[in-house]
Amino acid sequence: MPPFRAIPVTEHRLRSMTGRAEPGPRTVVRFAGDSGDGIQLLGGEFSKAVALEHHDLLTLPDFPAEIRAPAGSTFGVSAFQIQFGGDGVLTPGDEADVLFAFNPAALKTNLHTLKPGGLIVAGEGAFTDRNLKRAGYAENPLEDGSLTGFRLIRIDMTRLSAEAVASTGVGKKQAGRAKNFWALGLCFWLFGGRREPAIDWISRKFAAAPDVVASNVAALNAGHAYGETMELDAGDAALGARGELHHGLFRTITGTDAMGLGLAAVAALSGLKITYCSYPITPASALLHFLASLKGQGIVTFQAEDEIAAATAALGASYAGGLGVTTSSGPGIALKSETLSLAVAAELPLLAIDVQRAGPSTGMPTKPEQADLNLALYGRHGEAPLPVLAPATPSECFDIVIEAARIATDHMTPVMILSDAYIANAAEPWELPEVDALPPIAPTFRTDPEGFEPFARDPDTLARPWAKPGTPGLAHRVGGIERASGSGEISYDPENHQRMTDLRAEKVARVALDGLDHDIDSGADRGDLLVLGWGSTYGAIEEAVSRMNRNGLAVGHLHLRQLAPLPPNLGAILARFSRVAVAELNKGQLVRLIRSEFLVDARSVTQVNGLPFRVSDLEAALRDCLDGSQGRPGHGLRTVTGSAGKTA
Amino acid sequence: MAERLIQLTPRDFETDQEVRWCPGCGDYAILKSVRKVLAEVGTDPDSVVFVSGIGCAARFPYYVETYGIHSIHGRAPSLATGIKLANPDLDVWVVGGDGDFLAIGGNHVLHALRRNVDINLLLFNNAIYGLTKGQSSPASLPGTRSPSTPGGSFDAPVNATALALAAGGGFVARTADTLQDHLPEVLLRAHAHRGAAMVEILQNCIVYNDNAFGDLARKKNRAEATVIVRHGEPMVFGAAADKGLVYEAERGTFRVTAEPSEASLHDETNPALAAALARVDDPSLPKPLGIFYCVERADYTTALERHLPYRPLTREALKDVLHEGSWTA
Ligand SMILES: Cc1ncc(C[n+]2csc(CCOP(=O)(O)OP(=O)(O)O)c2C)c(N)n1
Ligand code: SF4
Ligand SMILES: [Mg+2]
Repeated sequence: MPPFRAIPVTEHRLRSMTGRAEPGPRTVVRFAGDSGDGIQLLGGEFSKAVALEHHDLLTLPDFPAEIRAPAGSTFGVSAFQIQFGGDGVLTPGDEADVLFAFNPAALKTNLHTLKPGGLIVAGEGAFTDRNLKRAGYAENPLEDGSLTGFRLIRIDMTRLSAEAVASTGVGKKQAGRAKNFWALGLCFWLFGGRREPAIDWISRKFAAAPDVVASNVAALNAGHAYGETMELDAGDAALGARGELHHGLFRTITGTDAMGLGLAAVAALSGLKITYCSYPITPASALLHFLASLKGQGIVTFQAEDEIAAATAALGASYAGGLGVTTSSGPGIALKSETLSLAVAAELPLLAIDVQRAGPSTGMPTKPEQADLNLALYGRHGEAPLPVLAPATPSECFDIVIEAARIATDHMTPVMILSDAYIANAAEPWELPEVDALPPIAPTFRTDPEGFEPFARDPDTLARPWAKPGTPGLAHRVGGIERASGSGEISYDPENHQRMTDLRAEKVARVALDGLDHDIDSGADRGDLLVLGWGSTYGAIEEAVSRMNRNGLAVGHLHLRQLAPLPPNLGAILARFSRVAVAELNKGQLVRLIRSEFLVDARSVTQVNGLPFRVSDLEAALRDCLDGSQGRPGHGLRTVTGSAGKTA
Repeated sequence: MAERLIQLTPRDFETDQEVRWCPGCGDYAILKSVRKVLAEVGTDPDSVVFVSGIGCAARFPYYVETYGIHSIHGRAPSLATGIKLANPDLDVWVVGGDGDFLAIGGNHVLHALRRNVDINLLLFNNAIYGLTKGQSSPASLPGTRSPSTPGGSFDAPVNATALALAAGGGFVARTADTLQDHLPEVLLRAHAHRGAAMVEILQNCIVYNDNAFGDLARKKNRAEATVIVRHGEPMVFGAAADKGLVYEAERGTFRVTAEPSEASLHDETNPALAAALARVDDPSLPKPLGIFYCVERADYTTALERHLPYRPLTREALKDVLHEGSWTA
């Protein structure tokens, strides 16, 4: 792991694969069905069961863009993918071993994710003429022989679950809703895992409606019994012996959860009133919902009238001595730009979190992309540098947001965090940190009127004092008009503007000196190829590099958590490799920065299709970089070299 | 805040900044009134914050010896909302021009009023963009000749007080820079009002829109051209207080009576009357000034505190938050 400042606290939770042993068996299961089939709940409960068997896992939901698409339509299909097994699971898996297709539309839209010879569990009761037609099938694929390359298990889950719950006396509507629990029961049979914790959870969750508890439990047990009676088996896909997660206190968290918990931690560690100001946008809104559910504990949430109001309200809160936090996705971050420049000018702390999604404009709001890097680095008017951080995994969001708050308050600067739709929604087991061991965030508020100057600077960090309104004797004015160094009074003096511009840049540059050296994440620490990544591509790069290492290739992986300012030792690390490849989900935004900062002929490996990298594609593209060939067909990724073709 | 034993004077609110408005600008008179009011209410200057956007009006915070932040064009009401979220105890004033409050920032004014954030919104309405050298604004009267409307503007202006009432403003008033008695009187009431208070101050831009408000600015005609309404008092006007306004409630209109005893009484709790006063634009009627509407309802941060009481999160409480849904492996 890079000795990223926040990491020492939580290092034990980040999985590195420096050992490079062949990973244990892994299983990828994908559930797909109608939005109304309860697929996400099924996936979530199955994940918990897997985790309780000490298996590592990573899950990724695939939501339909439509809220209530017509039943049976292809655009209303909701899917959930989980990869599990052993330890060191870093991606949701390239392709599924098992696909649960609850209806024809689910089969149609998800079959391509299943590996050749994989197992299909088809809910044949939903393969009605109407649904087949809706999904665009002329013939029933369960019968026309088109699935011969796969193993097929046909089960009328609709009827079986309805029969199972009939005795509990619930109405027809509730009976129809128990299907996902029936499927969960079947999963327990197919893959292993204990039913009791799931039954406990159902009993707690639906405690207010005993008949619902009874019907869901009946469905769960019936699904399990069905698998047993029919002697169904998932073959190699079953959970092996107990997994390798060590003993400890865990919870399954998404990046959204981790970011929210991180902000709660900031509240507790700093004592600052976290003022979270946001305007709904997918996929960032989930964080607003999470924080609102804390009901005022340490954090006030404010749903503003637009993104600009959200940003300015957050800045107002910081000015008043709270810590303003504002979140959005690309379109909303664009609107916050002017406020961020004001925050740079007024030198106030502020956290701006961009949960990136595929753009431009509305693009594909539920799909990940890393195309806002330039926006974060450069998307402000004037010379307006600010630190930009990016978590690599869902759980790292916890550390990053604490780190960002520390930087913002220590250095009196806005800080941006780049997350994305993948990190926000993917879930993994997270070992809870030792709260008592978390170092405090100790912002210093100026209280002494003696010699107070609002734009005097700390000699080390160059931060100006934080003097909040209400403090006796410190009344002063700040604003967007250039301020005289020291006094902060309006100044149009040319020399002063040059000095202040330089000071603001130097202040942000000094954030890098704060022990933020990075190191190789894994693999070779010198050699033929360094793969540089940032953000949510961590797992895919890590696995691709790991595979190459197992083939004896001298490839290293370095994942940047801090994109501005760049780690001071980055140039030295780049120099240890004869080639550098930068893998990212955009058209090559980081690679240009690396080329221009370090004058290295870094190769660019990119993909902009709204999906995370597939490990196999990435590996193939990286191998191209290694042997110098370009754009070999097959992996579908763009690999582009700079001019000279060789690293200087 | 420490108790102040000394009586403050307007001078205590002067900063060492040189005031940079054009000579003769109406903003000077407003500044004078505000300093006077601040001295009179006697709040601790250290607990007062002036927030502004961009414009001539928005330079205001630099000239008041309190906390102040000069932010970006149109966004001062949201910045002020954030200040109140972080510290509801601060006494927050927001100053902006008609471009700031009615054009680029119109949305934020609407929502600050709707939410009833406890701030005082001072709209310096000169019906022109002063700082950017005189373009017409959303408050300009049709026919306003400006560099951007050389043939005269032709779009309909916004009525700030009518807008504020429609947005749910609990305190809506109109006054003018030249009314050195009325202006502080209204500001005092605005300050005392808990919740969002919108004060439209007709302000003369001597350089780009001189005399935009006609007779209103001229002392000798003012008594005929305006009617100052006060709660519970008859709406009389004229140099000799010899005329009155009769409120025709059914249609929400007014007629002038030569019999002052016939004049209707102003009731600042009557929303229909307030809306009717705000909307008067018939040249045969005097322009209404005064506090059109004043009714208190829960202000935003008080309501927030009631719904989601903020409490600092201790480390112990953080453990509970983190541990939710956890399991032991
Ligand atoms: C985002 C942005 N757009 C435009 C401007 C230019 N600008 C500055 S002040 C202003 C209008 C000022 O008019 P008003 O708010 O009525 O204030 P006044 O100067 O009349 O007091 C404009 C358009 C700006 N500063 N920022
Ligand atoms: S331009 Fe108009 S509003 Fe601005 S300072 Fe001059 S007179 Fe006042
Ligand atoms: Mg104006």
